Amino acid sequence: MAHAYTPGLKVTTNINLRKERRLPLKGDVIVKIGDRVKGEDIVARTELPGDVETVNLAGKLGVLPDELEQFMKKKEGDPIEKGETIAETSGLFGLFKTEIKSPIKGQVETISNITGQLILRGTPTPVEIDAYMDGRVVDIIENEGVVVESKVTFVQGIFGIGGETRGIVQPIVDSRKEIVVPEMIDESLRDKVLIGGSNVTKEAILKAVNVGAVGLVVGGIDDAVLKDFLGYEIGVAITGNENKGITLIVTEGFGKMDMSPAAFRLLTQHKGDRASINGATQIRAGVLRPEVVVPLSESSTLHKVKDYSKGLGVGETVRIIREPYFGIIGKVIGLPPELKIVESESKVRILKVKTEEGRELTIPRANVEIIEE
Amino acid sequence: MEKKTELNRILATDCGSTTTKAILIEKKGDEYRLVVRGEAPTTVEAPFEDVTRGALNSVKEVEELTGREILDGEKIIYPSKGNRGVDIYVSTSSAGGGLQMMVAGVVKEMTAESAARAALGAGAIVMDVIATNDRRRPHKRIELIRDLRPDMILLSGGIDGGTVSHVVELSETIEAADPRPRFGTGYELPVIFAGNVDAREAVKEALEEKTALSIVDNLRPVLERENLRPARDAIHELFMEHVMAHAPGYKKLMEWTDVPIMPTPGAVGAIIQTIAERQNINVMGVDIGGATTDIFSVFDGIFNRTVSANLGMSYSVSNVLSEAGMENVLRWIPFSMIRDDLGNRVRNKMIRPTTVPMSLKELKMEQALAREALRLALKQHKEMAVGLKGVQQERTISDAFEQVSTGATLVNMMKLNLIVGSGGALSHAPRRAQAAFMLIDSFQPEGVTGLAVDSIFMMPHLGVLSTVHKKAATEVFDKDCLIRLGTCIAPTGKAPEGRKALEIEMGSEVIKINAGDMVLVPLADGEKVAAVIKPSKYFDMGEGKGKEVEASITGGVVGVIVDCRGRPLELPEDEEKRRENLNRWNKALSIYPEAKEE
Repeated sequence: MAHAYTPGLKVTTNINLRKERRLPLKGDVIVKIGDRVKGEDIVARTELPGDVETVNLAGKLGVLPDELEQFMKKKEGDPIEKGETIAETSGLFGLFKTEIKSPIKGQVETISNITGQLILRGTPTPVEIDAYMDGRVVDIIENEGVVVESKVTFVQGIFGIGGETRGIVQPIVDSRKEIVVPEMIDESLRDKVLIGGSNVTKEAILKAVNVGAVGLVVGGIDDAVLKDFLGYEIGVAITGNENKGITLIVTEGFGKMDMSPAAFRLLTQHKGDRASINGATQIRAGVLRPEVVVPLSESSTLHKVKDYSKGLGVGETVRIIREPYFGIIGKVIGLPPELKIVESESKVRILKVKTEEGRELTIPRANVEIIEE
Repeated sequence: MEKKTELNRILATDCGSTTTKAILIEKKGDEYRLVVRGEAPTTVEAPFEDVTRGALNSVKEVEELTGREILDGEKIIYPSKGNRGVDIYVSTSSAGGGLQMMVAGVVKEMTAESAARAALGAGAIVMDVIATNDRRRPHKRIELIRDLRPDMILLSGGIDGGTVSHVVELSETIEAADPRPRFGTGYELPVIFAGNVDAREAVKEALEEKTALSIVDNLRPVLERENLRPARDAIHELFMEHVMAHAPGYKKLMEWTDVPIMPTPGAVGAIIQTIAERQNINVMGVDIGGATTDIFSVFDGIFNRTVSANLGMSYSVSNVLSEAGMENVLRWIPFSMIRDDLGNRVRNKMIRPTTVPMSLKELKMEQALAREALRLALKQHKEMAVGLKGVQQERTISDAFEQVSTGATLVNMMKLNLIVGSGGALSHAPRRAQAAFMLIDSFQPEGVTGLAVDSIFMMPHLGVLSTVHKKAATEVFDKDCLIRLGTCIAPTGKAPEGRKALEIEMGSEVIKINAGDMVLVPLADGEKVAAVIKPSKYFDMGEGKGKEVEASITGGVVGVIVDCRGRPLELPEDEEKRRENLNRWNKALSIYPEAKEE
């Protein structure tokens, strides 16, 4: 039988997940291997040097550059407040003295007795990176960051917008088929990661943003709603840097799509637990998918992860991912090797699926994905 | 490895962004022939993230279909002996997909904007623009470069003799980001510097070690003049030669092949050039893939190739919709479809790019998108295939931002003799007439133009094979690859529907066609007939309105398609009328199964 392999999304629990956390600049790693960390804990930090401000000190004081030293109130390396005196001339009998005040808060960097210039450096900006998820530090990337590992429930979405955030998981629908509407959202959902059903209205997304929910996970979203919400159309699926006040994760696709039973079950089971989520998606070679990560206790036993690299086999659970049966879930009951002609007259390799309702369907192999559990 | 000079069995693969195709060629008697083709999804996504897996799978399919033994585990068996082994393995690749770039310049509204325009002109998606005055802190810029994982960075900035320090600062930002391309280790990120000549040394110092740095002429040498062409050409070349072919596992694949892996457009371009040379004709070739659409043309011996990096039928399909606009796609759909439905279906294909249309409705939708991808790619090709290189565009500060390319395009549809289509959407269209119709609608050939397709999408394989064994490549190309669809006869001009358009004397037959109509005249593959084509006063076949022309018409598996819809082709604005026309034309050319017509 010819090989049939169809990529799938991970919807699983009790697996080991590793995350690399790197600073954008070289800096100090402030945790060590073996440390337990919370998602919000800072694991590495550095400081971005402040802006430079130059002052023509000799000119302003009306003295020669090599005379500067005697008038200085501050020396190189001294911290300085805005408005604080840096240098002054004594004047005549205490009168007519010239006083030079610092235009910024920061530090005196250099005083040149050749050019007469004073260089001040503004307050540095701290740059930090957090652990993203609760877990244990298992590796250190010297001067850059760490690798955090954790046992987690891991639900990959198919598409998302918005970057990393964290919040308490809060289902707001009773069924995976329900559409999220504004009435389901209120002030109590501040800082929560909302779990919805098959679709969401634009008004509901806006309300979720208004009440301060940090994330929203749904089965489907309409292309038109997303475009309206973003204010532009998605051309190539490269997302994650949107700044729309919420991270949105779609688990199934565009349109009204019931969330898969496995994803809905796992996410709702974690009601009240803390999740780390990321909407960043890049669909191209070297793919990135959005994710919901719920760290578990260290004592949970690891799930044996099935090896899907062998490809699709009879008995496997699959989801149909193209019209006219989009979203239907079933079990593979046959993988005939010969090519078949489908309605479009395309000659394709097919498989037979028995749906949850007991229907038998013949589908191109390319149009299913394995549900990795 | 020492290989036999006498090749009896040849294995070739093409790793596309979506599908990996393997073909097996064998010497039978004195000639080389295609034996079989196997395919498998390209495995650039998790859990494999290794392009060789898809290549192995496609070879396994070849083994199963032929009963030959080619693989010993994950190793190719050499040399061929009986039913075992092959004598050579070659491959092309475009698995890396589209081109997403970041651009950087000193002033957001000036050099950075010119840089963005150069990138867009080369067919790239501009992921973000970094500028000294973009109000971002340096570490935010660094984070952005890391998060977005661009395929290439175009750094500009400073007019010649202008600021050096700001340009150096930008290059230091890129250096600090230590950009890691999406394909991991062993691959250096291409960075093009097209800024102030005085900053070249400093930029070299900062970036030469960490990136694959190229330096080209300043794209804004003085404030009021823009010179985008060198940067645009460099982007285009680097993409084609480096970015596109690379994918996770590329290094491993490189070790397996007996000659260097060729980027797919390089291989297809070689084949198109060969056709033009051998027949001494003007040819255009098009390869519509999942992430990119490549167009090749040879006019009066001058070869041009363009790769539209973000026009394609799977990974880039959503971008086709965005660039073409909803209306332009909907106009080709012969049934009523609401915009939101089209939007959702296209985005679903974008997020699950490897799926295939199962229903007729979905096929029609995909073919509508293919028409737009082809049309937009041709537009880009026309803009880039111009005679003079390096012509600079004068630009005043008040002059706004539309860069009009200088130099007239070499593409002349009336002088074109043959269009060759390749790629999944054309080679695998369930009916050959569908491929012919898509080529006609999107390219709008004028006068008398031959149409052909790559039978099963193997031009890339034969292109790379031609570099090591010309005889094998040529024989397989002639006998198994090129399928003559027939000839398109299409006058330019416009007339109200129903008016007389053409009268064609073909042998003993006289065919009369009215404006707005399409007619299919059967003429078998291999047959040739002399024709006298008399256009009415509204139409022109190349000699002027109403002037008759004589031509030799070649048959094919589809036949002779007479297209009197006029040029430029305009579809009725009224929706019902438009659908009625589309269905009438579809019926005339027997494009879709009759019973299923909506």
